[in-house]
Amino acid sequence: MKLTNIDMNMLQAVTDLKKVPDGAVNIRLNGEAVVRSSSPNIEIRSRTDGRPGFEVEVKAGTRGEKVHVPVLVTQDAYKEKVYNTFIINEDAEVEIIAGCGIHNSCGADSQHDGIHTIIVKENARMRYVEKHYGEGSGSGKRVLNPHTEVIMEKGASAEMEMVQIEGVDDTRRTTVAHVGEKANLKIIERLLTQGQQEAESDIEIVIAGQYGNAQILSRSVAQQKSQQVFRAALIGKTACTGHVECDSIIMGQARIQSIPQLDAEDAEAVLTHEAAIGKIAGEQLIKLMSMGLTEQEAIDLIIEGFLR
Amino acid sequence: MLKLEDIWMQVESENGENREILRGINLEFNTGKLYGITGPNGGGKTSLAKVIMGIYKHTKGRIFLNGEDISHLSITERAQRGIGYGFQQPPRFKGLTIGDMLAIAAPDADPKRRRLQLRAVGLCPEDYLDRDLGPGLSGGEMKRIEMAQLLLRDCKVSIFDEPEAGVDLWTIQKLIALIEGGYKHNPDKVAIIISHNENILPICDEIIVLEDGMVTDRGTANQVWHLIRDDIECKVRTRCQGDLEYEIDQY
Repeated sequence: MKLTNIDMNMLQAVTDLKKVPDGAVNIRLNGEAVVRSSSPNIEIRSRTDGRPGFEVEVKAGTRGEKVHVPVLVTQDAYKEKVYNTFIINEDAEVEIIAGCGIHNSCGADSQHDGIHTIIVKENARMRYVEKHYGEGSGSGKRVLNPHTEVIMEKGASAEMEMVQIEGVDDTRRTTVAHVGEKANLKIIERLLTQGQQEAESDIEIVIAGQYGNAQILSRSVAQQKSQQVFRAALIGKTACTGHVECDSIIMGQARIQSIPQLDAEDAEAVLTHEAAIGKIAGEQLIKLMSMGLTEQEAIDLIIEGFLR
Repeated sequence: MLKLEDIWMQVESENGENREILRGINLEFNTGKLYGITGPNGGGKTSLAKVIMGIYKHTKGRIFLNGEDISHLSITERAQRGIGYGFQQPPRFKGLTIGDMLAIAAPDADPKRRRLQLRAVGLCPEDYLDRDLGPGLSGGEMKRIEMAQLLLRDCKVSIFDEPEAGVDLWTIQKLIALIEGGYKHNPDKVAIIISHNENILPICDEIIVLEDGMVTDRGTANQVWHLIRDDIECKVRTRCQGDLEYEIDQY
């Protein structure tokens, strides 16, 4: 199936791809896998439980491979719920490029709910990148609700970068993770909301294995009348380390709630958090203006850097 | 090149009263020369620099750049006309790298020139270009980066606000050489250095002493330096004596 210009623009926005890549790839367009191919080490297959979605399995010992699994919604007023499972087997090393672009040009809402289960097995390493983007002239909302569950086995390591670039009117993000012995999980979330957009993110990480480590780093910018709620909970059940850092820039008449939560159930658990919400520092603006930038150029640059 | 005509600046103090920070400053800065501004803390040096850059609004007087009255221009417009200010305490940015900052300073400059400029202030480009301009850098490193970007901008008027602050002795010598090399006898540029440093002030063609918002002395380093030192020492002694008497009275 040929992808249209709108499809390709959105594909580029969420994955930086200018063409369909080689190797393991699954492009879902309006509920259909329009491109699907596996590689010798990464298999992408339909689910056996009858639910919409796929399973990706990375062979044990795989090194330095990527799998692209973007979702595109371009049909007006289209709504779907999709279930995807990723199994990264022992000692494998893989980068998963996910992401969802939603184009809506009608008065009714479009919505994609992605339910992901990610299992990172013993000593496996994963980097997961998920960008969300919305566009289109319709008054209907562009809604994206990702629900992600991560299971990290002994010695596993994962970095998850979850970004909402722009154009998503409503999002409810839920991320739950279970970190095993000596496993290491880092979640980076970057979020931009504008206009009347609303974003809610709930992250809960249970560090259950000895010497496990988890970090949640969130940076967000809320502009105009948009609203954000960010909850990040770290639960340390044993000797472990964890850190939550939430940093937000608030502008216009926006509202941000940032709620870090630490729960230590063991005297050897070391959990820390930092949270800050504030407007752009005047001295930063002045500095950039004294280098010849206009006030708006300075604001745009500070935000771009902050969310980079 | 740059002319300040009867510049006054007033601020409201904490008790609600108005206080004059600058009181009738008349100065002219000409190309090819290095000017030093010195004087005791709170004398109005940084305020004057920020008034020139447009960061602070003066309450009376006019500022001319090459004959044009720039008094009502914004910070951006003054920067675009060739005025540059190296901050005493440069702000930090989360997410912007040193390379980004140098690219903003000189967007059309050859990347090689940016690297050379960074090297000139004693920072290895390979180690620094991609580093965040955030809390991971020391005050001295921030200051050197500030110098690099200001020098890179090739401004007609460059104001260095305490370039020595937080910088090690070895680097201060490098910075002095850079300022001298870039501005002394340069027919298109003027440098104004706010400093208290005994190594920096002697390179200036003229030193201006600002005290209580007024110019109280001016001349070459030889003419002015001993006056400043004696005057400041005298004031410190007087103030210390006053404090001592006060403490004895209290006791």
